[in-house]
Amino acid sequence: MDLKYSYVYSIFWPRLKRNRLALAGGAVVMALFVISLLAPLISPYDPSAINAWRVLSPPSMQHWFGTDELGRDVLSRVLYGARISLKVGFVAVGIAVMIGTTVGLISGYYSGLVDTVMMRLVDIMLCFPAFFLILAVITFLEPSIWYIMVIIGLTGWMGVARLVRAETLSIREMEYIMAARCIGCSNTRIIFRHILPNAISPVLVAATLGVAGAILTESALSFLGIGVQPPTPSWGNILTSGKDYIEFAWWLSLFPGLAILVTVLAYNLLGEGIRDALDPRVKR
Amino acid sequence: MKTYLLKRILMLFPLMIGITLITFSVIHLAPGEPVEMQMAMNPKVGKEARERLTTFYGLDKPLPEQYFSWVGRLARLDLGRSFSSDSRPVLDKIKERLPVTISLNVVALLLEFGLAIPIGILAATRRDSWLDKGITVFVFVGFAVPTFWLALLLMYFFGVRLGWLPISGLHTLGSDSWGTGRYLWDLAKHLVMPVMVASFGSLAGLSRYMRSAMLNVISQDYITTARAKGLSERVVIYKHALRNALLPLITLLGFSIPGLIGGSVIFETIYAIPGMGQLFYQGVMSRDYPVVMGILVIGAFLTLIGNLIADLCYALADPRIRHGEG
Repeated sequence: MDLKYSYVYSIFWPRLKRNRLALAGGAVVMALFVISLLAPLISPYDPSAINAWRVLSPPSMQHWFGTDELGRDVLSRVLYGARISLKVGFVAVGIAVMIGTTVGLISGYYSGLVDTVMMRLVDIMLCFPAFFLILAVITFLEPSIWYIMVIIGLTGWMGVARLVRAETLSIREMEYIMAARCIGCSNTRIIFRHILPNAISPVLVAATLGVAGAILTESALSFLGIGVQPPTPSWGNILTSGKDYIEFAWWLSLFPGLAILVTVLAYNLLGEGIRDALDPRVKR
Repeated sequence: MKTYLLKRILMLFPLMIGITLITFSVIHLAPGEPVEMQMAMNPKVGKEARERLTTFYGLDKPLPEQYFSWVGRLARLDLGRSFSSDSRPVLDKIKERLPVTISLNVVALLLEFGLAIPIGILAATRRDSWLDKGITVFVFVGFAVPTFWLALLLMYFFGVRLGWLPISGLHTLGSDSWGTGRYLWDLAKHLVMPVMVASFGSLAGLSRYMRSAMLNVISQDYITTARAKGLSERVVIYKHALRNALLPLITLLGFSIPGLIGGSVIFETIYAIPGMGQLFYQGVMSRDYPVVMGILVIGAFLTLIGNLIADLCYALADPRIRHGEG
């Protein structure tokens, strides 16, 4: 563990620190965490408080982002929306990473028939347009944020599996694995204790980028009315009203979209930054 | 080449079986009693629809029997009848919508590659210039823009604000009676926004990929050799480097197919285009299971075929495979 610690502090962090874009991304991600935690405190209004006197009013000093068709404060709804996207991003990616890592490790370590079967499964899953598969599954279920998270996770693990498999294949041939085998380590121990920690860094990158992807997918689903259901505010479902009132209220479309754009951009920049910092070939 | 082709085609069968297995398990996804229980709680589905579903999928029979009878019908291209009031065969519905989606996506693909290749070359040949940096910013923003939001913004600016472009459908009402020229012009105007939205999504990724492929090739020894023997930069880049950098792009063509088909749900719904994506969305919203399952299978098969074609193009373009044993 000592070695890991010193790697993070002597190589990884200094390299990441020099990448200003990645740091900016990281700062935005942190800010989003804070916003999600403090949403009830920093929101100027109750996100579901209906105000019939202020229906579709444009941005003003009272309502920075304007109000929606029920007179609700758009800024408050966007702030609360950060909670949903954060939750979806992390749970969906958590599921995808767990499945993908397990499949990749087993596939790469055991090779042979197990490997063939699992990689064909990956090929098959990749044949389905992901958005179709997600929508098809949701047809059979009641729309709920939990289902959405699980389904996005279940349809997004293939990339991680391929990455981890490739890593495992090369790590498997290392001498320290041979050594571990010689002193009688079980396969399980070798996989989880010796291979997994060394195969995890590309997963970190994929996971960071995956959060961005999951947030985009959730917002698209909510926009289509199949994701997070109103009155719970999500960036996607605010945009649904944005579309309905596009001729009268541009602010309903602009602000939630910008929120998605900034969030996804931040995760992508952070992810790319982590990739460069982990990659010994990239010199700065 | 022949063995390669044969291998590739033989590989299709296990994949197709896998696709049907996964689609089948989606039907049986509901925990406990398949479908039945979920639907009992869902007031959107009437008793009649439930019975039809039970008979169509044979839900009262054992699982393997259900699977084989479903695959059997699938092999005969019988996808069942839609649950909607017209109860037409699903295959007919898909058939009339497929050409719209495919032609739209082909136009989008052409635009995408037509723009991404020059952008990538520019960025790679002028590495670290302001142009390259500008393109990188564009690429990152492009990755992060939700396509449906872009669709809304375009709709607002070009449709509502400026009034230049129509915001929904493929034709203006009554355009059937117009002359060919005017009719086509009308169609083209309707297509501008959907095509822009459809191609924008992968444009960023493609240009970035093209840039790194180009950079990769430029650093090779044979490029140095070409320069050393005094060839002009133009010949080096366009004759020697470009051809090799384009090769991996063919594979990407195959990979971008599921994304395009999946993305069609979004822009077809927003712009009210009568394609497969819109049909799928309507099927999802009205719980028209045969339509949903039918399109899911067809979409996956299309992807499979698209990938095969991309692989074959790759094999044809790459002399190492064309002349090799592989």
